[in-house]
Amino acid sequence: MSEHLPALQVVIALTAAPLVMMMNRFPRLAWGVTLVTCWATLVVAVLLLLQVSDGSVIHYEMGGWAPPWGIEYRVDGANAWVLLIIGLVSAVVMPFALRSVEQEIPADRIGLFYSAFLLANAGLLGIAITNDAFNIFVFFEISALASYALIAMGRDRRAMLSSYQYLIMGTVGTTFLLIGIGFLYIMTGTLNISDLAMRLPEVTETRTIRAAFAFIAVGISLKLALFPLHLWLPNAYSFAPSMVTVFLSATATKVAIYVLLRFIYTAFGFEFSFEELSVAWVLMPLALLGIIIPSVIAVFQEDVKRLLAYSSVAQVGYMILGISFATALGLMASVVHLFNHAITKAALFMAVGCLVYRLGGVSLSRIAGVAERMPWTMAAFVVAGLSLIGVPLTAGFVTKWHLLQAALMEGLWPVAVVLLVISLVATVYIWKVVEAAYFRPAPEDAREIREAPLSLLVPTWVLTATTIIFGVWAQFPISAARNAAEALLGVPQSW
Amino acid sequence: MVSDAALIYWAMAVPLLGMLALIAASRWAVLRDALVVVTAAVMFGVVLQLLPRVLAGERPSATLFELFPGLEIAFMVEPLGMVFALLASGLWIITALYAIGYMRGAKELHHTRFHVYFCIALFSATGIAFSANMFSLFVFYEILTLSTYPLVAHKGNEAAKQGARTYLGLLLGTSIGLMLPALIATWWLAGTLEFTPGGIMAGRVDPAVGTILLVLFMYGIGKAALMPFHRWLPSAMVAPTPVSALLHAVAVVKAGVFTVLKVTVYLFGLDYLELLGSTDIILYVAVFTLLSASLVAIQKDNLKARLAYSTVSQLSYIVAAAMLVNEFAALGGGMHIVMHAFGKITLFFCAGAIYVATKKTEISDMNGLGRRMPVTFCAFFLGALCVIGVPPLGGVWSKWHLLMGAYDSGAQLVVLALIISTLLNIAYLIPPVVRAFLLPPPKGEETAGVREAPLLCVVPLSLTALGCLALFVMAGPLAELLRPYLSVAGG
Repeated sequence: MSEHLPALQVVIALTAAPLVMMMNRFPRLAWGVTLVTCWATLVVAVLLLLQVSDGSVIHYEMGGWAPPWGIEYRVDGANAWVLLIIGLVSAVVMPFALRSVEQEIPADRIGLFYSAFLLANAGLLGIAITNDAFNIFVFFEISALASYALIAMGRDRRAMLSSYQYLIMGTVGTTFLLIGIGFLYIMTGTLNISDLAMRLPEVTETRTIRAAFAFIAVGISLKLALFPLHLWLPNAYSFAPSMVTVFLSATATKVAIYVLLRFIYTAFGFEFSFEELSVAWVLMPLALLGIIIPSVIAVFQEDVKRLLAYSSVAQVGYMILGISFATALGLMASVVHLFNHAITKAALFMAVGCLVYRLGGVSLSRIAGVAERMPWTMAAFVVAGLSLIGVPLTAGFVTKWHLLQAALMEGLWPVAVVLLVISLVATVYIWKVVEAAYFRPAPEDAREIREAPLSLLVPTWVLTATTIIFGVWAQFPISAARNAAEALLGVPQSW
Repeated sequence: MVSDAALIYWAMAVPLLGMLALIAASRWAVLRDALVVVTAAVMFGVVLQLLPRVLAGERPSATLFELFPGLEIAFMVEPLGMVFALLASGLWIITALYAIGYMRGAKELHHTRFHVYFCIALFSATGIAFSANMFSLFVFYEILTLSTYPLVAHKGNEAAKQGARTYLGLLLGTSIGLMLPALIATWWLAGTLEFTPGGIMAGRVDPAVGTILLVLFMYGIGKAALMPFHRWLPSAMVAPTPVSALLHAVAVVKAGVFTVLKVTVYLFGLDYLELLGSTDIILYVAVFTLLSASLVAIQKDNLKARLAYSTVSQLSYIVAAAMLVNEFAALGGGMHIVMHAFGKITLFFCAGAIYVATKKTEISDMNGLGRRMPVTFCAFFLGALCVIGVPPLGGVWSKWHLLMGAYDSGAQLVVLALIISTLLNIAYLIPPVVRAFLLPPPKGEETAGVREAPLLCVVPLSLTALGCLALFVMAGPLAELLRPYLSVAGG
């Protein structure tokens, strides 16, 4: 059984998806099956992470076909970490989904909704676990198509348009990725990433490989919403159903960043990416602009979901910035931020989901004075907000600390200053929400509003507590991220 | 014998446990208020247990947890921290009594919430006092800011919210924008944030960089209220008076100057400090602050605003003491933390008592009030004399040492400034007393009879006023306690 874990990681969700669709007439049953599926996925992810935590690598030949003919799944410290993020967020979001989805999605579509959710989930898991470049593309499309459907099911009619926008941008992204992979295949005759890593050095001088690199980098950058290719993200996150926003914000961009790392570190290799092509010179300015501009835009948002969406773009900038230092410490800071930001932003969007559940919308004027009636929801928002800012003893601080150290190690004082100033900007936009909810008087015509139901509140607080737990007990994420960074670099580091 | 770690943890756990207890008892006002006093007393008792150990030369320490290697939440009790913790917890007992009288007398609302945040504030102040490294101190420093914010905004009206926003904005802004970068840079350059006698910078950090770091730290510690980042303190005066008294004359502001002393003595080290170009700059910023804040204080008619600017001025005495880099000044700075605390808390208690009894807040309305509230104004007089530094009150000793220190360092300008400032102190602290006792009350106000504030207001302020007197003779033991810190500071 345990040797088939890598296959189970994807297969459970993939087979559950059509089953759930068939249960469309029984929404609660569909939900129950999805819940069990997600929890099983988490268990598998944890087991895999435990297996590779000593630095070992699991190879799994799909259907018994040995690579390069068959598809190989390969789990190491890096993607086990990403699998855990997906598993954890989906497992926590499912109890939350029950009532949130019942309220936002028409009853006759709930089964379809969960089916699409499972497909998106399976797609993301597949991207993370597979060691086959073409397979990555396929899973990208699976998750993307399912995500378009999920976003389009938002209650606001603009959800349709945002979904369409995402579809165009996403398709361009995956097409670029496919072109790049095609070029790689032409030049090397293989799609297995480990094989690519071995054969690429012989042909790196060619223009084709450089073009392939460019296509892949731009294609993935679209998917991970690297500034200025982020335009699809704020709309998609703002208008999607609450539960979808939570899930996608915590996982979709993270997985894309993982793929970028896999290509530049493993397939192309550090030397080619950073020394021959100097990719850091492109990534660092974009990362910095991506941190600064969306953060400032976030300050001026009226809608809390949109505000957090812009903050997500900025957080992607942090992760790319860590990569652009081209050091082990920078890489590790990025990888640890994948996790820290996932739990932080998911907690924030869940708190927002609670507000949406009671208020119907989350513009700053609508949430005025809401803290008095929904104290637990807003408290969760404040705590997770502190983590987003990066206050000590929260998960966000662990990231920021390492990112700053990585910047200082390279002697990049101005970058360190930017990071600190932007934390202040983050304080401002979180404060705007806090001020509206705590200090503005509630509107006269406010309906009688009660605290969100426990089924929403408990998952929200589970993730919120996680941001504190991993801010205090930081050894776990740090050692996992170090493990992941070593897996990507291919050599043990002295930290 | 209780272990060191247990005592340290208990000292910090007691206010939190007390907080839970009083939340549970929130329905029964009398029980709840009693619990506040009991909590304060127990906490003081626990802190007191640490005193003999520190006097015996021990340094009780404990490590709570390690965030990641080299960065931990850890505690170590050294003389200066001992003094600060004793001061904060001791005065809390008196303030708790006073707060009960004040909150009822002034008909303030939300008593439970008020006491809850008070408990958290005291918890974090103790954390600051006992922190063994700059990182721990920073964490508790921020908790203190956050927990006092709701106290400043307590009244909930527009003025309170506005004041509270300035309060939070300036304190968080300076600490995250300036202190945190300085802290990270220090960790990066020196490899540690441990408070170490003699400092951690020497030989590790280029004095040119140290010069910048010092400026970042001194302005980053916004609670020390160096100009131009002093505005939060007057803004905080919208809070109920017990808050102004314990937090904005003792715990919060003293946490600021305490941090200044810790940073200069245990992070920079005085020998290293002398190498830095910015030490003199900060010294003169402090001198400027202490003079100009006094000048502003003279013009304030609102009693609490005047006291607030007076505090800004007095805090700069201590910053200046740290920047003078010699033994007398360092002793003066350490003593001034205590002396000013007793003097200023008395003054604030009086301001609150006057408000409770008469609803008066402006000094110009206080003519003849001394006949009605003799005890309060006598206490005010003693508190004022203590802050000014006149024998036989405690304040004289700290100013004396400060002057000696300035003289020793050859900083004639500072000597002059201290003398001028003392004159200014007289000019703004004595007139309220003179008006109250010597001027006739305005027409239409009855003069007959003594009508003081409630007993729970008057007794505490009398106690702290007597404390100011007692400190005159207690200065010796206090200096003795601070001695080991001085041997570090004086080099």
